[in-house]
Amino acid sequence: MYSTKYIKPNSTSEALEAIKSMGEGKFLAGGMTLIPTLKQRLASPDGLVDISGCDLDSISDEGDAIKIGAMTKHASVAESGLVNKAIPALAKLADGIGDRQVRNRGTLGGSVANNDPSACYPSAVLALKAIVHTNTRSIEADEFFTGMFETALEENEIIEAISFSKPTRANYVKFPNPASRYAMVGVFVAQFNDGVRVAVTGAGEGGVFRHAEMEAALSSNYNADALSALEISSEGLISDLHASPEYRANLIKEMTKRAVA
Amino acid sequence: MNEVTKIDGIGSSVRRTEDKKFLTGKGRYTDDINRPGQVQAYFLRSDVAHAEIKSIDTKAAQSAPGVVGVFTGSDIAADKVGGPICGWVVPCRDGSSTKEPPHPLLAQGKVRFVGDAVAVVVAETMEQAKSAAELIDVDYNELTPVVDFVSADKGAQIHEEVPNNCYFDWELGDESATNKAIESAAKVVKLSVRNNRLVPNAMEPRSALAEYDSLDESYTLHTTSQNPHLTRLVLAAFMFAIPESKLRVIAPDVGGGFGSKIYVYIEEAVCVWASKKIGRPVKWTADRTQAFLTDCHGRDHVNDVQLALDENNKIIGLRVDTVCNLGAYLSAFSVVVPTILHGTLLSGQYDIPTIYTNVKGMATNTVNVDAYRGAGRPEATYLLERTMETAAKEVGMDPAEFRRINFIPKDAFPYQTQVALQYDIGDYEPHLDKAMEMIDYSNFEKRRAEAAKRGMYRGIGMSSYIEACGLAPSAVVGALGGRVGQWESASVRVNPTGTISVFTGSHSHGQGHATTFAQIVADKLGIPMENVEVIHGDTDKTPFGMGSYGSRSLASGGSAISKAVDKIINKSKKIAAHLLEASEDDIDFKDGKFVVGGTDKEKAFGEIALAAYVPHNYPLETLEPGLEENAFYDPTNFVFPSGTHIAEVEIDPATGVVEVVDWAACDDFGNLVNPMIVEGQVHGGIAQGIGQALLEDAHYDENGQLLTASYMDYCMPRADDLPSFKVGYTNTPCTHNDLGVKGCGEAGAIASPPALINAVIDALSPLGVTDMSMPATPQKVWKAIQESQSVAAE
Ligand SMILES: Cc1cc2nc3c(=O)[nH]c(=O)nc-3n(C[C@H](O)[C@H](O)[C@H](O)COP(=O)(O)OP(=O)(O)OC[C@H]3O[C@@H](n4cnc5c(N)ncnc54)[C@H](O)[C@@H]3O)c2cc1C
Repeated sequence: MYSTKYIKPNSTSEALEAIKSMGEGKFLAGGMTLIPTLKQRLASPDGLVDISGCDLDSISDEGDAIKIGAMTKHASVAESGLVNKAIPALAKLADGIGDRQVRNRGTLGGSVANNDPSACYPSAVLALKAIVHTNTRSIEADEFFTGMFETALEENEIIEAISFSKPTRANYVKFPNPASRYAMVGVFVAQFNDGVRVAVTGAGEGGVFRHAEMEAALSSNYNADALSALEISSEGLISDLHASPEYRANLIKEMTKRAVA
Repeated sequence: MNEVTKIDGIGSSVRRTEDKKFLTGKGRYTDDINRPGQVQAYFLRSDVAHAEIKSIDTKAAQSAPGVVGVFTGSDIAADKVGGPICGWVVPCRDGSSTKEPPHPLLAQGKVRFVGDAVAVVVAETMEQAKSAAELIDVDYNELTPVVDFVSADKGAQIHEEVPNNCYFDWELGDESATNKAIESAAKVVKLSVRNNRLVPNAMEPRSALAEYDSLDESYTLHTTSQNPHLTRLVLAAFMFAIPESKLRVIAPDVGGGFGSKIYVYIEEAVCVWASKKIGRPVKWTADRTQAFLTDCHGRDHVNDVQLALDENNKIIGLRVDTVCNLGAYLSAFSVVVPTILHGTLLSGQYDIPTIYTNVKGMATNTVNVDAYRGAGRPEATYLLERTMETAAKEVGMDPAEFRRINFIPKDAFPYQTQVALQYDIGDYEPHLDKAMEMIDYSNFEKRRAEAAKRGMYRGIGMSSYIEACGLAPSAVVGALGGRVGQWESASVRVNPTGTISVFTGSHSHGQGHATTFAQIVADKLGIPMENVEVIHGDTDKTPFGMGSYGSRSLASGGSAISKAVDKIINKSKKIAAHLLEASEDDIDFKDGKFVVGGTDKEKAFGEIALAAYVPHNYPLETLEPGLEENAFYDPTNFVFPSGTHIAEVEIDPATGVVEVVDWAACDDFGNLVNPMIVEGQVHGGIAQGIGQALLEDAHYDENGQLLTASYMDYCMPRADDLPSFKVGYTNTPCTHNDLGVKGCGEAGAIASPPALINAVIDALSPLGVTDMSMPATPQKVWKAIQESQSVAAE
């Protein structure tokens, strides 16, 4: 790790001021991704702004949505009574991230800002029509994820919270990469009054994506049988040591079936 | 007076006394030790697999903050420091010997794998050393890397001394008799298998801390070693040409080795060298990436097998042609593992009238390959037990019955195999029977049918393995090309109050010697176990020892302790005879007391100890005072554990996921000293075997980059990958050591991969699948199912 500055402000505005005073600063949330990157000397920011003191870790019921602060840890989401009642699939997703240690450090904001193509949360954001609230604006999920490790966030824009719409029903099923246990394929299915949304993570070369054909099929019949005839294309799917595009395509269908079973 | 507490002797499942410190984070590992004035070493490593070094510019690094020294291969060459040596070589078919190219401590003109050390930076802190290393400019002339070992003979030559990239081409057995058997066979079963390459992944990465004392011109090295005396011997005699008395090697707590910490690596040697050069203690500790890149890997074979059967399905011959990958340099035991420790095991538990094997050891631009838990024996067992199962299926016999008719009968021991070994004792049907009973083999088809109703494929597979541990005797080892002895030492010191200090040449890095060895002494002397302390791992304290590997610690090291204790008892009898005014022949030793036969005259062991050190009433004219004995034990033969493991799996055809649903392991380890520790070893071994069979695979790309260089891509077994193991035993005590013990440390890793892959193939056999390579990952299994279905559709 290169030596760098560390600041821990007490509010978002102080955090923004701090990061602007640095050449190239980085927000530090749970550090589960950022710290290993620094330790391997793959990044050398001019400073770290730790946003764990900025009061960004509340969970609230907003009527149609559940709003979760960016600094809320995966373990807190998994255990939250509010989340378990309104969107149990989201609690289940959080409970399946990494291991106990990671769930007690890693945060919602960090995961979504990072947009790792194998991360679980982006699929929930996309399927649950979430709104990403930043210090300057509110971004709709469909506009937020712009590619592998890419988001609509501007430089020094900070995610403050994310509101997840309450679905009539939803489920998240993940096929873990055997080694890392990140999603090799993760499917978040959410049913709303106006239709079903299916978001797939772990599989797309461009990161998380919605699957239009499965959405159409499940919107007319929320049942695994509705998918039987569907041919899932392997085009644009990730190819790596662990899974070919064809295998991933199979898993997408299979995990979706299991999600609606 | 202290009440005599319970004696936890041989056969008792005493809790491991060493665990308290480990579980409470108080273990003291090499990296925990710090010395005044210590500096940190960081190795700049090659990021290309094969290249000539045109130039290295270290100027900027020399003057970077905190730097106390930057050294390259030319500095090592100038001081004439030798490199690591190969501890065992074999003859080649053409009469030549193993080609042994030099392995310089830092690259000299060429790099040969990604991770090869090019320079070392020594600085006040590790971060400063790393920063300075980034300033070193190495100009490479890249050469074509040789990655695939099967075709390595056609690749660019890696070492001047190794034509065709072939270190050796070795053979064992009778080729013409075997070929004749194959030609005349009623049936020949052919199989090609690959033994996947593994990264050892000891929990504690390698580390070294070297210190030079200019006053008496001596070195102290703390290091992560399984055999500190061998490390000292190699460093002193072969690398630095200094008297061994000038080098103390301490291997303190060591967090796992699995073979990877047997050898002397370049890093500890460079630390020793730099500590004198700089005049300050030098420490190096690998991070996990370096562990992946530079710890010797394991396995990496392909084997072509031909098994000849007569019309009654009896085996009449076996031929195995093997090519294996030894990597960029010859590591200490890299040559013996795929030859002596592999070829000699090919008879397995079977009566095979003729066997021939040929092994080619290839050089590639990958890190060195050497012993890894089982070392040669898992490879032999895998190919043989896969072939046995395949043969049984091909001839339409139950795999258990096919094995049974080919077992060496129990009255045939000692049994001389056609591949050099003589098994002293064994009885194979009982562990087969017991394992089948444990897993309810006879009702398997019901379970298969029930699983099919749930849409799952269920399969069962077995493996009846033989293992040879405790390499011995030394004379044979020497005749086979070994360059070291294979005895073990012990020194047993009785303290004046009757407590015991046992100094062992074995080394514990997880095995539980502090407990097991203390039990042996407690049992033999009839004293409480807590009165026995076991000391290991320090060349200044313990007698010269060979260390721990190859499941040798109990059979060789434990036997040495037993012999030393026998000497203590013999001397004690003499003292007792004097004190009790009786003849030595009349003294019986039982339950910690020396009794004059047929009388109530007795002396406790503690009283004898005190008399030996306070010899006021003592036969000084005939007996030396004191009570301390050494033993060096050179076993007369290997020990031969054996057993049968049976795995049961369920496969989800939709995803290809293999779930291990049941496991029965029935092993014959001879007498058990601590059954709980043995069971733990079996569990750990099976876990590693399941890792090899389903999860682990070290994968280099065509440029020689290790793609699986972190846990993001290298899949280690986790608790939820494993079933609850059913463990059982049979016992044919070893005939040639006092304790009647064999070895148990590697058996699980040896037995399990073929059992598991046989079960996977069995599960998929209704689809016509007859082969599956390791690791059987979900993707691979899914693909096999898809392909079988498309074949069926055609
Ligand atoms: C062993 C391990 C296993 C894991 N397994 C999984 C898994 O199964 N599934 C899964 O989804 N994830 C997994 N993760 C990822 C983990 O859950 C975290 O979500 C992830 O590492 C990022 O969250 P963090 O809070 O640690 O962010 P950090 O590492 O602190 O930050 C990550 C990036 O986001 C930026 N950032 C952080 N917060 C904000 C914010 N509020 N606004 C703007 N930018 C911000 C940072 O500047 C940085 O660039 C795993 C991680 C580890 C180490």
